[in-house]
Amino acid sequence: MLGEGIAKGLIETARNFLGSYVNKDRLTTVQYPEQRLPQAEATRDFPFLVYDGEDWQAGLRCVGCQICEKECPPKCIFIEKSTDKKPDAVGKPQFYPAVFNIDISVCMSCQICVEVCPFDAIKMDTAFELSTVDRFGGLLWDKARLAKPNQHYHHVHPTEAAEVDGRLAEERAKADAKAKAAAEAKTSAPPPAAPPAAPPANSGVSSTS
Amino acid sequence: MSTSMEASTPAAHQGFADATMIDHESDLLQISLGPHHPSTHGVFRMDVVLDGERVVKLKPVFGYLHRNHEKIAESTTYLASIPYTDRLDYMCSLSNNWAYALSVEKLAGLQVPERAEYIRVIAAELTRLQNHASTIGFLMQEMGASGTPLMYAFREREKILDLFEALTGSRMMCNYMRFGGCRVDLPAGWLDQARKTVDEYPRFLDEFESLLASNEILLARTQGVGVLPPKLAIQGGVTGPILRASGVNYDIRKVDRYGIYERFDFKVPLGEHGDVYDRYMIRMLEMRESLKILDQALHQITPGPIIDPKAKIRGFRPKPGEAYGRIESPKGELGFYLISDGTPNPYRYRVRPPSLINLTVLEDMCLGSSLADTVVIFGTIDIVLGEVDR
Amino acid sequence: MNLEEIKSTLEAAIPGCSPQIVTNGSPSGQHSLLLDREHAFVAAMFLRDDPTLCLDYCSNVTGLDWLDTETSEKVKVTQLVDGVEKEVDEVRKTRTPGYLEAVYHLYSMQKKHGPLVVRLRTENRTDSVHLPSFTPIWRSAEFQEREVFDLFGIIFDGHPDLRRILMWDEFEDHPMRKDYVEPDDYEYEPTPHDAVLKKALEHRNRISTPDGQGA
Repeated sequence: MLGEGIAKGLIETARNFLGSYVNKDRLTTVQYPEQRLPQAEATRDFPFLVYDGEDWQAGLRCVGCQICEKECPPKCIFIEKSTDKKPDAVGKPQFYPAVFNIDISVCMSCQICVEVCPFDAIKMDTAFELSTVDRFGGLLWDKARLAKPNQHYHHVHPTEAAEVDGRLAEERAKADAKAKAAAEAKTSAPPPAAPPAAPPANSGVSSTS
Repeated sequence: MSTSMEASTPAAHQGFADATMIDHESDLLQISLGPHHPSTHGVFRMDVVLDGERVVKLKPVFGYLHRNHEKIAESTTYLASIPYTDRLDYMCSLSNNWAYALSVEKLAGLQVPERAEYIRVIAAELTRLQNHASTIGFLMQEMGASGTPLMYAFREREKILDLFEALTGSRMMCNYMRFGGCRVDLPAGWLDQARKTVDEYPRFLDEFESLLASNEILLARTQGVGVLPPKLAIQGGVTGPILRASGVNYDIRKVDRYGIYERFDFKVPLGEHGDVYDRYMIRMLEMRESLKILDQALHQITPGPIIDPKAKIRGFRPKPGEAYGRIESPKGELGFYLISDGTPNPYRYRVRPPSLINLTVLEDMCLGSSLADTVVIFGTIDIVLGEVDR
Repeated sequence: MNLEEIKSTLEAAIPGCSPQIVTNGSPSGQHSLLLDREHAFVAAMFLRDDPTLCLDYCSNVTGLDWLDTETSEKVKVTQLVDGVEKEVDEVRKTRTPGYLEAVYHLYSMQKKHGPLVVRLRTENRTDSVHLPSFTPIWRSAEFQEREVFDLFGIIFDGHPDLRRILMWDEFEDHPMRKDYVEPDDYEYEPTPHDAVLKKALEHRNRISTPDGQGA
């Protein structure tokens, strides 16, 4: 019968429309600004810089090695390495980024910077309502805006952050044991012991501690 | 009015120059369809010459979205190109990742662990599901069913994008696969969520079919429209669902058996007439076959490593040489041709874009049909301009 | 059929045709067949129509740009120095002219085998850049050869509609060539560095505005 197929289709539509009053599964949208869907834990949008401790300037994990700047596909990171060293969160003198800018209008949220960072210093945030009236300046984030505490990292990516913290603690303990052994060797045989040379920049997290 | 068979020889294709010099005394009308037209799937333009309502000449015009992806890739490292491949066919970023990773693995001789292969198959088939669902939705939109079928398709697509977000962190720009494996392992509970989505999907297909399959308008608009003969399809290098709708049995999952596809039991649906209806139906059937593969993969997957230990994130330099790797992406054959000269950047990086090459036969399919059908025929080719223009 | 067999079949079938095998060092093992320009079209036709090969599907067409290379080697030559014959070291530079290359990946849909990689080379990169077009044999090469023409500047003789495809018609250079120089069309970028910074500074010097942005 002509029109049968159309009638069938309309019945399907009506079933969904009326069903949405009784069956919650048929309601597929939410009223956005008031209601929000939960975000997946792995969600990423723009990077932030992790710092340990209370003071963000002292606690930044970033040592300004510029690997992320080189690897960034759209080249949205700009780093100027410091000329002097400052003590980091555990008191070891380290280089630090004098300037660390990310242009989030260019950033494409690809997470390559996170993957290549040997110091676990840069991670992905999940905040997404970032509109601004200043097209250029407002989307160019500097060090102060990018720095976020480690607690924030634990808040947005709990599983991943716990894993990173575990790994860092392990490496720190290893480095401490090594330093202790070196110090003991120094006291037992004072003259020939040279100070432990700084490990190369990409040798892993151990060089931060 | 010429038929599509006559136009199958390239000699019938003359430059567009003569079309611009139309004798204005005649009935011919030249119109420019696009680049900002809702039916052109992006910024794409067709220069169409009409005789009344019939198409007598059609020339696609490309390049509005051209950013020279290949040049960008040749000036960055191998790794840094992966996020850019997401942006080729932005509906199917995981397939693009896979094709690129596969080519680099061929180039550098990396082995992919079994679990990573399973994850890749699951990701690629989920991509196929959401791509085909939305393609059919868009196709209905172009026939005038504004909204309803597309929203049904997008409702299902959302569920799959949620899975992608939980796995990769992003809904569309996944940037997930790496040379020799995948970036992260499946999060806890992901497999159960995926099984649930896959189990519920047939219900959507049934609903979609009852909504559309016997609709008289759909049948009238699609059957016998835009016929693509198998000989012309092969000659024109057409791949993917369009080729199989013309009855040519060529599915790279079966031919190349890349990844671990030989472990799964699935069929390759084939069309008979090669018209718009067959191309619509092939996609519906392919979704059911994809569900079969997913069902098997989601139950066979076992724990294990997800990346080749030889693979390096920083300082990746393959030995000099070249490789061409290809996969069956939802749009057709997606290939990457890479030449290494031993440096961190590829010497040559070439994408074989299925969307662009499938457009080769667009004119032949459209000649003699009405302008309204042209939009529908164009819709069944299923192009994404990010891939056409690169 | 392996590459050696294809080569000898071609040599037997087409008089004067001398294909060469180009080996590939990567683990992919995809070696290729270099055809000479004069016999390329007939050879391609043969590859498609031969009942055992039956390469009816041309999957991928692409261009390559190989720059001129200069190698220097030391040679000992005898020269008259102050009336005495002496052996003197002389550095001889040999300049190998570069060329453009078109690469075709051929498959068979009927027999389901492939790929056969076919290469064609132009004489040089500047004035003699003609190659026979394969579009009359495989329609799928139509847009791809146009793309190679657009981005590399290889002129395909016999192509039915050889126009620019991705760049606009008035554009003059070929962007995928290795020696392509980008035009001076700097746009504002808040974080210029490396190449972009250099470009930005050059641009600023050229227009010499006192604007401090971009440093």
